[in-house]
Amino acid sequence: MDLSFPTLCFYLFSAILVFAGLRVITSRNPVHAVLHLVLAFFTSGMIWMLMQAEFLAIAIVLIYIGAVMVLFLFVVMMLDMNVDRMREGFWRYLPVGLVVAAIMVAEMAVVLNGHYFSGVTLQPSPLTDGSLSNTRELAKIIFTDYAYPFELASLILLVAMIAAVMLTHRRRESARRIDPAQQIAVKARDRLVIHSVAPEKADVVTSAQQEESAK
Amino acid sequence: MEFQIPNFLPLLPEITLATFGLVILLVVAFARRCGTSLAFYLAQAGLLCAVVATWMVADELNVTFGQMYLYSPLGDLLKMATCLIVAGGLLYGRDYLRAHGMETGEFYLLVLFATLGIMVLVSAGSLLTVYIGLEMLSLASYALVASNRDSARATEAAMKYFVLGALASGLLLYGMSMVYGATQSLGLIDVARTLFEQQAANRTILLFGLVFVVAGVAFKLGVVPFHMWLPDVYDGAPTPVTMFIASASKLAAFAMACRLLAFGLWDLIEHWRHMLLFVAIASIVLGNVAAIAQSSIKRMLAYSSISHMGFLLLGFISSVPANIHHAYASALFYALTYALSSLAAFGILSLMTREGIDAENIDDLRGLNKHSSWWAAMMAIVMFSMAGLPFFVGFFAKFFVLQAFWQAGYAVLTVIAVLMSLIGAFYYLRVVKVIFFDEAQDARTVGGHWFARGVLSANVLALAALGLFPSLAMQLCVVVMQNSL
Repeated sequence: MDLSFPTLCFYLFSAILVFAGLRVITSRNPVHAVLHLVLAFFTSGMIWMLMQAEFLAIAIVLIYIGAVMVLFLFVVMMLDMNVDRMREGFWRYLPVGLVVAAIMVAEMAVVLNGHYFSGVTLQPSPLTDGSLSNTRELAKIIFTDYAYPFELASLILLVAMIAAVMLTHRRRESARRIDPAQQIAVKARDRLVIHSVAPEKADVVTSAQQEESAK
Repeated sequence: MEFQIPNFLPLLPEITLATFGLVILLVVAFARRCGTSLAFYLAQAGLLCAVVATWMVADELNVTFGQMYLYSPLGDLLKMATCLIVAGGLLYGRDYLRAHGMETGEFYLLVLFATLGIMVLVSAGSLLTVYIGLEMLSLASYALVASNRDSARATEAAMKYFVLGALASGLLLYGMSMVYGATQSLGLIDVARTLFEQQAANRTILLFGLVFVVAGVAFKLGVVPFHMWLPDVYDGAPTPVTMFIASASKLAAFAMACRLLAFGLWDLIEHWRHMLLFVAIASIVLGNVAAIAQSSIKRMLAYSSISHMGFLLLGFISSVPANIHHAYASALFYALTYALSSLAAFGILSLMTREGIDAENIDDLRGLNKHSSWWAAMMAIVMFSMAGLPFFVGFFAKFFVLQAFWQAGYAVLTVIAVLMSLIGAFYYLRVVKVIFFDEAQDARTVGGHWFARGVLSANVLALAALGLFPSLAMQLCVVVMQNSL
């Protein structure tokens, strides 16, 4: 196995990624967990960069870290969670979980033994002849060969949006709202009643006299 | 490499349904007063148009969009069946939704997109489209299960379904990545070809992936040991949603198993046959035994669905080269029969629902015969068919599957399956006994719109009528399978 610089980088990043992933589920402070998730995303972005997939690397940094995780942080900071109660089960189940995980890792290591993928020769993509940038290549593929799944993926996002609206949007009965259309369509006679009152001569009564008569 | 514009025509059903979905989205957003009923009628129109479109473009086995889209008679048949079943389900479920104040345009929209997911799945020609179709179906299903937001049980069921479903999707994706790593291709035809050409190469990694793929398929089918979510989801979800999950979703799971195992990973049959054998027998045993203890009819039907899916898998297991088409055709026949009968069962339950009171327990059916002999007879037909009593279509579905299983050389296991289905007959017949011989509690009967009741009656009578000409339907399945694999 040759330890060239990219390989070394790959192992370093992978180690950081695994560490960050572990910290996401073990750290007691939810804010720390989110920050480690940011680290995990960033490191996987770097691994993509090693594979010369620049567009994906930049997209994960911009979209996941820049937008999604910041939103996560806001939510976590705003929620007042009782962290200790959430973790009660964690330490109880940890030993069993660790044993299961260790067995699974060991089995995979024995079965796969690292050399099964080395015999596979990766054919270079026909587009990667260096004449196009990574983003252009990706765009070309997405809008030609992969147009069908790409369009379907957009529908999946639409489904997620509809589901989110359906599950969270509630028309509250108690909310005071004004329907602008109704407001504009209102006529004077809906609001104002004009009675024609016959003029009459009223006795001039002072308020003091009124109180007396009431008594 | 010059890019050629792919042939869009075979996608006509999907495009039709997606267009109707987007139109409904606009209608729901802008037509306030009549938006919901307009959404209902548009959804029905969309589903029927999709059936017609499928009929029009039906063609022989071929691919378009690279290998992303694979069209075959099997896909066309399943698409038409799915659309008709969903249309029927929406019709039966409408009164339930109204009574519970759950009828919104979004509900119909999500059902339509879930159906679109099923259609993508049944005509998927690559691992990528299988996964995308599955996700579209699952995402919409999670939301539909939670659509009754005021019910704690529905929310809990949706959470369980969501978490376990996400886990299963992860497993499936992991398995697919292994298959991709070993064969260097995503297209199912390429995968099958690579497996055929390099018999010995990279078998370990493939088997490794196969385990996860089988786990993902088993979760979608809801068979032991991936059945935990099923009773809770059936029980907690609103009845029309349960109807969808129990009928159309099962067809999708069948199609997924067909595409992945019987088509793409066909060369590994000796390996997945043994996995499925365990899964199928365990499901038949557990499903039938556990259903006896249930007092809720929806839970009972959930356990019965576990055992039915076990029977369906027997068809896959018995696909020895001698009668391969017959074996898969029997599984297809079983899937269609089960979808039709569970549609009828949940349809009756959802039309029995009155304002705020669901027909959920077996006791709610008590003395149905006193109030309405017609619907008592209908429910009895459904139960007889599910139990596999002779001369209903359910009997022939079981018969064909077990026949193939016997011919494949599993004599002892066939006997076990028959015994288990006899045990299963007990709880179906108990429902019939409750309907006909127990004293009525309240005047509860099947209500709803006359048209919905008429279609439901036709649906139930189809179960009896198909039992008279089973070989005709089976012949159709065999021809479809011969032209699709």
